[in-house]
Amino acid sequence: MTLGCALAKAGLDVVVIDRDAPAEQQEGAYDGRASAISYGSAQVFKGIGLWDLIEADVSPIRDVRVVDGNQIEGISPLFLHYDHRDLGDEPLGYIIENRVTRVGLFKLAQTLENLILISPVAVESLDRQRGYAEAHLSDGRVIRADLAVAADGKFSPIREAAGISQTTWKYDQTAIVCTVEHERDHEGVAVELFQPTGPFAMLPMTDNRSNIVWSEDPRVVKQLMALDDVAFLAELSEKFGDWLGKIRLTGPRFSYPLSFSLASTYLSERLVLAGDSGHGIHPIAGQGFNMGIRDVAALAEVLVDAKRLGLDLGGPMVLEKYEQWRRFDNVMLATVCDGLLRLFSNDNQPLRLARDMGLAAVNKLPPLKKLFMRHAMGVVGDLPRLVRGEAL
Amino acid sequence: MGKSSAMDKEHLNPLGHTVDDAEIAKFAAMAEEWWDPDGKFKPLHKFNPVRIGYIRDHLCARFGRDPHAANPLKDLRILDIGSGGGLLCEPMKRLGADIIGVDATEKSVHVARAHAESVGLDIDYRFATAEQLLADGEQFDAVLNMEVVEHVADVQSFVSVSADLVRPGGAMFMATLNRTARSYMFAIVGAEYVMRWLPKGTHDWKKFLKPSELAAHLRPTGMEIRDLQGVVFNPLKDTWSLNPNDLAVNYLLYAEKEG
Repeated sequence: MTLGCALAKAGLDVVVIDRDAPAEQQEGAYDGRASAISYGSAQVFKGIGLWDLIEADVSPIRDVRVVDGNQIEGISPLFLHYDHRDLGDEPLGYIIENRVTRVGLFKLAQTLENLILISPVAVESLDRQRGYAEAHLSDGRVIRADLAVAADGKFSPIREAAGISQTTWKYDQTAIVCTVEHERDHEGVAVELFQPTGPFAMLPMTDNRSNIVWSEDPRVVKQLMALDDVAFLAELSEKFGDWLGKIRLTGPRFSYPLSFSLASTYLSERLVLAGDSGHGIHPIAGQGFNMGIRDVAALAEVLVDAKRLGLDLGGPMVLEKYEQWRRFDNVMLATVCDGLLRLFSNDNQPLRLARDMGLAAVNKLPPLKKLFMRHAMGVVGDLPRLVRGEAL
Repeated sequence: MGKSSAMDKEHLNPLGHTVDDAEIAKFAAMAEEWWDPDGKFKPLHKFNPVRIGYIRDHLCARFGRDPHAANPLKDLRILDIGSGGGLLCEPMKRLGADIIGVDATEKSVHVARAHAESVGLDIDYRFATAEQLLADGEQFDAVLNMEVVEHVADVQSFVSVSADLVRPGGAMFMATLNRTARSYMFAIVGAEYVMRWLPKGTHDWKKFLKPSELAAHLRPTGMEIRDLQGVVFNPLKDTWSLNPNDLAVNYLLYAEKEG
């Protein structure tokens, strides 16, 4: 949908096919997740006209604290502290509820004349020829286009049907996602607490709320999910600590098994992968969503440039440019995130000492720290125009 | 491209309407080869975005259009001489132009038609020469002579006919290779022999034209040269870009007719 809006805004004719009804996707019970939007992704949202629609509901991240240990109260003195003032006035990024982003996207889509949304309808088959792609829909309709983009998620049926293989493995972790309200203001501080069984993240949201991403051993998660709200809150409070005062749950809990996946290629005849269909990573560094947004920005740029030159939008010349641009970046980031997870998700004493020293060293070395921060902000590398804050 | 003089002797109808199904299948296969970005015509595919951008921007400036608008070349009547597989005609059509492609090789015309059909474009390709169009009294807003002039027998006559096909106030584009030591190394030794980018014998270096020679051919035709740009290959990035200071190998020329 984000890609659809970007392309339609730049004058391309777009049909978005979505399995789930818009109304359903805008409800709180659909998905409790929030995403860390990097500065670069926020630029993309501004460029496509989405930002104004969601700005009231985004929460800036002013400060990130990375803590190695079991509890916040017992923080070892060695920890990494990213402060946005190290890099200027802009926040490091923003926390946005996925639901808010979707509400904004549906609103934006309605204003775009050359975007047609067909939903709730599934793609039954995709017939790809030399000259065009043809989607056969569950309601009997047939859509023919120069190019099909599979942005149908981690388990992408379109990728599967196209026979594009992927490298994938499961982590021995499941994430519990929920939102809590707390007494005191978080002041834009995001905290990531590394524990042997998986990272525990508190992401600052609007109205004195924080989004919790609690990665744990799947067996423990099963027990936690089975608890009633009172008992679960007691467990959660123990992890969360009382630095923000009393906490209470504001909605349902969700659980997501965590896995890693990378598609072997993003291209096939008249088809490209974008977002989670091409790559899925552990939420440890909050980068999965941003990788997808950078795919969108790069693909939109490649397609808009091709359109302005009258080139075939589904032709190999155009698509290869997108793959070359994005694949290296995504493979690198996915590998780094996987490595981080393996480094932190264990209780090996020498390793723990080493990583604490590492964190402290990074904290003490401003140039290295700035580079890490700029990576997290999504402003490193050969950036698409939208990420740089320019028009398409 | 597609200037080989080999003609299909069994098909003498210049409109090519007597071709049978087996022949059409053969042309479709050739179209795939022509349009394969890693195939025989790879350099042309890489080169294409640069020359299209050049043509689009100059035409938009000349005729007061916005190059980023949806159909910036809408209703402009454009002739592509030596249209080959249609690498230039298809983009021009998508940009809204009323494009006519002519080629003196009948096979190319069929190949181009087969490909246009496969991507859903309706393009007027003709098995004809520039002289025939002129004799028919055709006039165009713009005439494209891209990678053609280095293949023709009588340059002066060809340039004059092309210029006469431009309506008063119209424009002409030419792309060709300069006759320098570097172009010999690049186009003949490099592209044909070393890189195997192009079939051997595609080019005859002695027929390459220096910009001054091309300008001399244009002078008596009433076309005014407005711009000259070198097109430079960057082997590290595998891309082409415009460079007004380096005309030593490939160059583009833009000329206008008063009116």
